[in-house]
Amino acid sequence: MGNHPVQDLKAARIKGGVHTSERHDSAHKHVSGAAIYIDDIAEPAGTLHAGLGFSTVAHGVIKSMDLSEVRRAPGVVTVLTAQDVPGVNDISPSGMNDDPILADGKVEFHGQPIFCVIAETRHQARRAARLARVEYEELPGVIDIWDLDAESHKQVFTPLTLKRGDAPEAIAKAPRRVKGRMRLGGQDHFYLEGQISLAVPGEDDEVTVYCSTQGPSETQHMIAQALGVASHAVTVEIRRMGGGFGGKETQANQTAVLAAIAAKKLGRPVKLRLDRDEDMMATGKRHDFAIDYDIGFDDEGRILGVDYTFALRAGFSADLSGPVGDRALFHCDNTYFFPHVVAKSALLKTNTVSNTAFRGFGGPQGMVGAERVIEEVAFAVGKDPLEIRKLNFYDPMGSEGERNVTPYHQKVEDCIIQQIVAELEEKADYAGRRREIAAFNANSRYIKRGLALTPVKFGISFTKTESNQAGALVHVYADGSVHMNHGGTEMGQGLHLKVAQVVAEEFQIDLDRVRITATTTGKVPNTSPTAASSGADLNGMAAQNAARQIKKRLIDFAADKFGVPHEQVVFLPNRVRVGNQEIPFNEIVRLAYMSRVQLSAAGFYKTPKIHWDRSAGKGHAFYYFAYGAACSEVSVDTLTGEYVLERTDILHDVGRSLNPAIDLGQIEGGFIQGAGWLTTEELVWDDKGRLRTHGPSTYKIPLASDRPKIFNVALTDWSQAYEPTIHRSKAVGEPPLPLGISVLHALSDAVASVCDHKVCPRLDAPATPERVLMTIERLKAEAGR
Amino acid sequence: MAAPIRREIRFLLNGETVTLSDVRPDDLLLDFLRLRRSLRGTKEGCAEGDCGACTVLVGRLLDGELVYETVNACIRFVGSLDACHVVTIEHLRGENGGLHPVQQALVDSHGSQCGFCTPGFVLSLYALWMREPNPSDARIEKALQGNLCRCTGYEPIMRAARAISSYGDAGRDPLALERADLKARLIDLKDGARVEIGSGKDRLIVPASVEDFADALVAEPQATVVAGSTDVGLWVTKQMRDISPVIFIGGLAELQTITDHENGIRIGAGVSYSQAREFLAQRIPALGPLVDRIGGEQVRNMGTIGGNIANGSPIGDTPPPLIALGASLTLRRGNDRRCIPLEDYFLAYGKQDRQPGEFVESVHVPYPAEDGHFAVYKISKRRDEDITAALGAFNVQIRDGVVASARIAYGGMAATPKRAKAVEEALIGKPWSEETVAAAQEVYAIDYQPLTDMRASAQYRLLASKNLLLRFYLETTGTSQPFKIKRYEEA
Repeated sequence: MGNHPVQDLKAARIKGGVHTSERHDSAHKHVSGAAIYIDDIAEPAGTLHAGLGFSTVAHGVIKSMDLSEVRRAPGVVTVLTAQDVPGVNDISPSGMNDDPILADGKVEFHGQPIFCVIAETRHQARRAARLARVEYEELPGVIDIWDLDAESHKQVFTPLTLKRGDAPEAIAKAPRRVKGRMRLGGQDHFYLEGQISLAVPGEDDEVTVYCSTQGPSETQHMIAQALGVASHAVTVEIRRMGGGFGGKETQANQTAVLAAIAAKKLGRPVKLRLDRDEDMMATGKRHDFAIDYDIGFDDEGRILGVDYTFALRAGFSADLSGPVGDRALFHCDNTYFFPHVVAKSALLKTNTVSNTAFRGFGGPQGMVGAERVIEEVAFAVGKDPLEIRKLNFYDPMGSEGERNVTPYHQKVEDCIIQQIVAELEEKADYAGRRREIAAFNANSRYIKRGLALTPVKFGISFTKTESNQAGALVHVYADGSVHMNHGGTEMGQGLHLKVAQVVAEEFQIDLDRVRITATTTGKVPNTSPTAASSGADLNGMAAQNAARQIKKRLIDFAADKFGVPHEQVVFLPNRVRVGNQEIPFNEIVRLAYMSRVQLSAAGFYKTPKIHWDRSAGKGHAFYYFAYGAACSEVSVDTLTGEYVLERTDILHDVGRSLNPAIDLGQIEGGFIQGAGWLTTEELVWDDKGRLRTHGPSTYKIPLASDRPKIFNVALTDWSQAYEPTIHRSKAVGEPPLPLGISVLHALSDAVASVCDHKVCPRLDAPATPERVLMTIERLKAEAGR
Repeated sequence: MAAPIRREIRFLLNGETVTLSDVRPDDLLLDFLRLRRSLRGTKEGCAEGDCGACTVLVGRLLDGELVYETVNACIRFVGSLDACHVVTIEHLRGENGGLHPVQQALVDSHGSQCGFCTPGFVLSLYALWMREPNPSDARIEKALQGNLCRCTGYEPIMRAARAISSYGDAGRDPLALERADLKARLIDLKDGARVEIGSGKDRLIVPASVEDFADALVAEPQATVVAGSTDVGLWVTKQMRDISPVIFIGGLAELQTITDHENGIRIGAGVSYSQAREFLAQRIPALGPLVDRIGGEQVRNMGTIGGNIANGSPIGDTPPPLIALGASLTLRRGNDRRCIPLEDYFLAYGKQDRQPGEFVESVHVPYPAEDGHFAVYKISKRRDEDITAALGAFNVQIRDGVVASARIAYGGMAATPKRAKAVEEALIGKPWSEETVAAAQEVYAIDYQPLTDMRASAQYRLLASKNLLLRFYLETTGTSQPFKIKRYEEA
């Protein structure tokens, strides 16, 4: 954003308004290495560096902790333990008080931080941390959830049940019935920038913390609680993250709190940056699930009733496992109407790292369960799964039908999945390729192809009602340039750009007149984390509200000064028409300033209509739904289980896009991330609870050469949000991720061909080459029986 | 005559000459750039050479030419940079001082989201563009195997990569225009001296020649020998091991020759994968695609075949094919040399037949027989830039429909790279048929009792390994059935 851009005072449209494909505001800084992340901030003189000591057992009591050698190591200034926390030794976001900053007496997972070394350099801190001598009395640990009893095993938070109708009876009476179980793996965020905080002590009890966090307000409140000070003493700032994906919603708090405690104790700035392996070991991930299902359906494949249990591996503490389990249940229907349904979550406590938010927040896991149900029914009745999908869709928007109520009793009012799927089927030539693939497979003994088209419906809103609010702060300076700030955080998704486009549109000024600034708790308080895909919906509205307040004052001023009716003051591109004259925006602003008009405003927004009663399992949980569909084709080597993603076609609904280029980027990236989750990204813990996949050498996220050979992605050009969202756009952060489910089902389709689609493959995830080959072997054995 | 001794490392960093006398043996380039030079465009993503966020270019003189290659600064030691040119993201600019064509293409294609991986992608694409201004998609993907992006799904980066040449002319790039001058400066830095810095626990040596290296290693047999540092780098970043004294041999041109020799190929121990790739592929075609699946481009530019062997890893990708080909190893101590079959070098897990003061000098790889069939198949969770779960190499001669000879070796299936002797025995003298293959598959369990780990289960390793023999059979018999999946037709 240049300092003195030339403005076109005769332009028909502003540059960079809403619905235009502006480039990411930081793109030129990303490519030149000039974008500053936390670790790139020039450290204040005297900055110290922290390193962590970790539990080496999964469950145990600390019998003794000898840190004398750590303290004596070169460069070490001090070592913090739980006893050094001045306030509350807890960063639990759930109110369960089960997330110690540093373990105190007992450890509950391998890799849990137990002490924090502060030294002159990061190397010294990390090396010193290895010199601790800690003795444990080991206790039995629970690592995996597969064999746990969901009814009796300890849960970290109150589970949820959704219930509509009488599922057990509907299933019992149904002409057909299938029961089954699915294992669904977790996922590491693998943000390229790991967790990091830099704390700079201030006067009295003040501290400023630069933290790579999606939730600056919560980070601020956690720091205050840990230091035993009021929130007004703590400022948290973040210009940008090097990726978040949910992994910095609550998991950023630990580094922030530790850096702040050390900085206040020592009176010197302290930086704590986790090494990649430490980050993967000690911070939470996407929950893995065991999904039980019992389905009743008719001979056509119409689902009559479903009974689900979604058991998840919570890890040692609650963190966000309750709401993640909730959202899995909210999406266990995906785009399908279940006449009778009961769905339960089980939030199983394990001696592993506490799992947390990850793009989709349980929603994708719920949808994987829904698609498994569809697949079971399709195989049972011997039809193409796509037919079964279409047969069970919710009624389309505007229809008079009754098949439109979700398991949580919200009416689906905006269903457009029929049109999306119909268009995609056509564009991707589903039917033609289905025939080609069948012909290919009939003549190919070793290589099999598979095809699947899967839909997505994703609910938009935080189910925690109070999170659906946002604030913004907009200043118009006397020279007509605009400073924009809001509570959302930038993690690459282009949020700041979208909000700036909204502000530019509101004032009708070119985008380069709007300055994007770092998110800070000092400007906008009590913000929600940038999560649940809500960033642009909430903050765009709040910023628009702020801009409109200022605009109204400018209109009042101009009408008064030039003696024209209010309606004759109109904001045109880079200028304002006042009666018969056009005055440059800068000039109107200057005149307003001279007349002592307030040119700054705090904006606010809260989402209307939504409510949710968790104890009843009923409510209008989501403001609206975002839809999409993907069609993927794979080739599978039945000798080794290796596969290639041949082609993917996507059609996705973002309403009226605020920025089509940014939204396409979210869809492409989300799809690949979802496909990675369900294919090569495998988390492996050993029986001692040690994570064996703790770096990119062992944990395999997709590469450029893993993307579909042919990749066609499009936005629905006809949709707009059913509700009055910001410029009728829809959220785009999470909904595209479950488009990756199409890859799992394409693999499943290829696998099923080894026994002529006679047996449901029940291909679990992640579908690594090993899991694909072993499923093929099982099917061959079953078919041969 | 002993080489003169210099007490400082000298290299070029972007435009300036850097002279350092306070280098420690485990100082890493990334820390040097970020902490000592405040060049913070280069990022740390993993500190193990797998994500590419720290990618920089290193220019070095190779066969008289100045060659620029991408490397992972996170595992590259400063001590290994003598007479090199390090180029970081801060050095890139366009002809008119604005963004470089690679950078502008990425901006216009929406190729960055969070931006953290982006400088690394820029450098990887820049290195590719220097060599191939109009690369194929297959070539772009190969150049990006060592760069992880978690946001974009890569599609916009691919679009940018295809478009770079429409933003500028690679021939007019600043580094291309300055090449003669830079080369002269690097030649000046190569003064034929041995570099020795530090003492006691902080000691590094950069020998002046192979002779000098041999002498130095006899004098300090406990020294850590570092060629590409793709393994030793992690000893420092992940295990925080003390590695002093270190002998850096990456600059020894004499070890970096690959030549035709005695009905085969002689590979100097310091030859990198990238350097060897075309030479090997021309002579033994199956080795080309294998090399392309070892690490990412940065690792292939640093890592050496000699190092892959010398370290004795059970999952190194080059030993099984080289064993199948009947390769031999030349080990040297001082001026004494001995030559052993490669398969005898691997004694047990983590234990090799290498004496104190001895080093791997070269490996000799015989060509497969003219009437023979040779193939290598690697299985990993992710196709590219992944460590082997199981890798099979087959060198078989069929005469009149009968197996005349067979040398088969696997990686990932035992504590060392290992021959499949029972399988070979089950094949030799038998008709080359599906029945023979099926019978040979039955004896795999005699040769191998693999482990279960995070890469694969024992059961899968054994089953997939058996099936690779069938794949090899299909490949040799020219079946019309498709039997291999390909992303692209192999070049």
